[in-house]
Amino acid sequence: MTDFLKATFKVDYPEFGLDVDLKLPASGITVVFGPSGSGKTTLLRCLAGLEKSGTMEIAGEVWQNENIFIPVNQRAIGMVFQDSRLFPHLNVRDNLLYGYKRTPVDFRRLHLEEVIHVLALENLLERGIEKLSGGEKQRVALGRALLTSPKLLLMDEPLAALDAQRKTEIIPFIRKIEKELSIPIIYVTHSMSEVLQLVDTMVILKEGKVVKWGPVEKVFADIQLRDAIGDQHSGAVLDTTVLEHDTEFGITRLDFMGQELSVPLQNIPQGQGLRVHIHSKDVSLATQPPDGLTSVLNILKTKVKKIGENEGYSVDIELDAGRPLLATITRKSLSNLNLQIGQPIYAFIKAIRMVHDSERV
Amino acid sequence: MDISSSGPIWLTLQLASVTVMILLAIGTPIAWWLAHTRSKMRVGIEAVVALPLVLPPTVLGFYLLILLGPNGWIGGPLKTLTGSPLSFTFTGLVFASTLYSLPFVVQPLQSNFESIGSTPMETAASLGASRWDAFFSVILPLSRRGYLTATVLGFAHTLGEFGVVLMVGGNIPGKTKVISIEIYDRVEVLEYTQAHILSAGLLLFSFIILLTVYSINKKLPVHIS
Repeated sequence: MTDFLKATFKVDYPEFGLDVDLKLPASGITVVFGPSGSGKTTLLRCLAGLEKSGTMEIAGEVWQNENIFIPVNQRAIGMVFQDSRLFPHLNVRDNLLYGYKRTPVDFRRLHLEEVIHVLALENLLERGIEKLSGGEKQRVALGRALLTSPKLLLMDEPLAALDAQRKTEIIPFIRKIEKELSIPIIYVTHSMSEVLQLVDTMVILKEGKVVKWGPVEKVFADIQLRDAIGDQHSGAVLDTTVLEHDTEFGITRLDFMGQELSVPLQNIPQGQGLRVHIHSKDVSLATQPPDGLTSVLNILKTKVKKIGENEGYSVDIELDAGRPLLATITRKSLSNLNLQIGQPIYAFIKAIRMVHDSERV
Repeated sequence: MDISSSGPIWLTLQLASVTVMILLAIGTPIAWWLAHTRSKMRVGIEAVVALPLVLPPTVLGFYLLILLGPNGWIGGPLKTLTGSPLSFTFTGLVFASTLYSLPFVVQPLQSNFESIGSTPMETAASLGASRWDAFFSVILPLSRRGYLTATVLGFAHTLGEFGVVLMVGGNIPGKTKVISIEIYDRVEVLEYTQAHILSAGLLLFSFIILLTVYSINKKLPVHIS
């Protein structure tokens, strides 16, 4: 896959700096994750051209370097902010059309009817901005940005101001935009539940620097990222496919790289994808398959890939299950098992979290 | 009202209207710059703009008289160009009033622009609007209150000025004699009835304008981002 976006930025403020070198794919949702003050918003502002710094190239087109700087209003970007920033003197329709009218006719790929349909805005068009709920405002802001037919959509914590209920309303729309309209999205957040639900490519920022970036399953299973991701979220993010539903036992069977996983019954059609999150502390290891009975339903055949160097009583093990999987075991167990790199090992998974449930975790 | 009073009234309204139009045109960029700049010059410029608020009108009038007179930096070259300096002319009055009422227009516009902040401009730019476009399509509609206040304060303040006008314009009927000076003249010659009519008229007029503005202002939506 060729890189769609290449950028280097260096910003120096008295109390804060950003120094990044990014290469991002042409599709999917890239989530920029990091604590507040890590430079996420500054990075977006650089990409948008609101800060003058560094170099940027998108789909082979140079937007800025030493000699060139395409100003914000001439960049094919859409921006969505935490506080919708709708224009209060215009109604919903005129807000939606503000950017559309200013997009050259030849560049218009998205039109009002389509965007209204995708974002379910039919009943809001003639409303004033002050009569919209927080979630509706964000949908309109999203629509307004889309109607500029952007090559890239930049979203700065668009859900941060919404309650959990509204968040779950909006997230499917963001997925839909990426899939149906094929617009790559760069999404900034400090919420892990948003990361898990949206991410394809992940960029972790810390103190203005990129700590790690890559496909989500790789980044999450990186045992060195415990601190950056947070202990409670450390573990693997796996994309599975629904195989079948077993209504008698209330179970849905999932296919994961040719192996099977069982989760509580899901209201998702067969063949559709389901993303699951397996916390490292919910995975225990055994060198043999269970010869007797066990209450653990989910056992994956894996190989030991990497052994962490935790100082405390526990240690992280990275496993290869076709995709990376993470297990946290005690150092005592590590010594008992005498694990070697490349050794086949059985991973007993005690709990699987559905990502759409993660709001409640 | 006799014909000799309607002259000054008409002249005053003309002066105030022209002055306000000029002030809005030059006050907008000054206020915009003051609201958004990070330059160190900002404080200095702010102080200069506010000077007419604290200076006695006679001081401002005195310097303007010199500046606009036949030997002044502005009046001199103008005299060689057009044959007439600016002092004791209507144009000179407009010039003086513009300076004198500057803070009354710049300050409300500046605080208006400051309360709007930089985000609407950035948002409009991200949607493809150039700076001018964004100003006229977003900032201006959001600034109705600020412009109304600035217009009224500028207009009303010009209506009531006396010292600067007397110094720069003198007291030439039909050219520079405005209401406030006419009132002074009438009192001087003890024509209290005429002075009463003019004073009460000005009082009532000013009150009605302010009343109208404040009631419109109350109905206009407040847009604070």
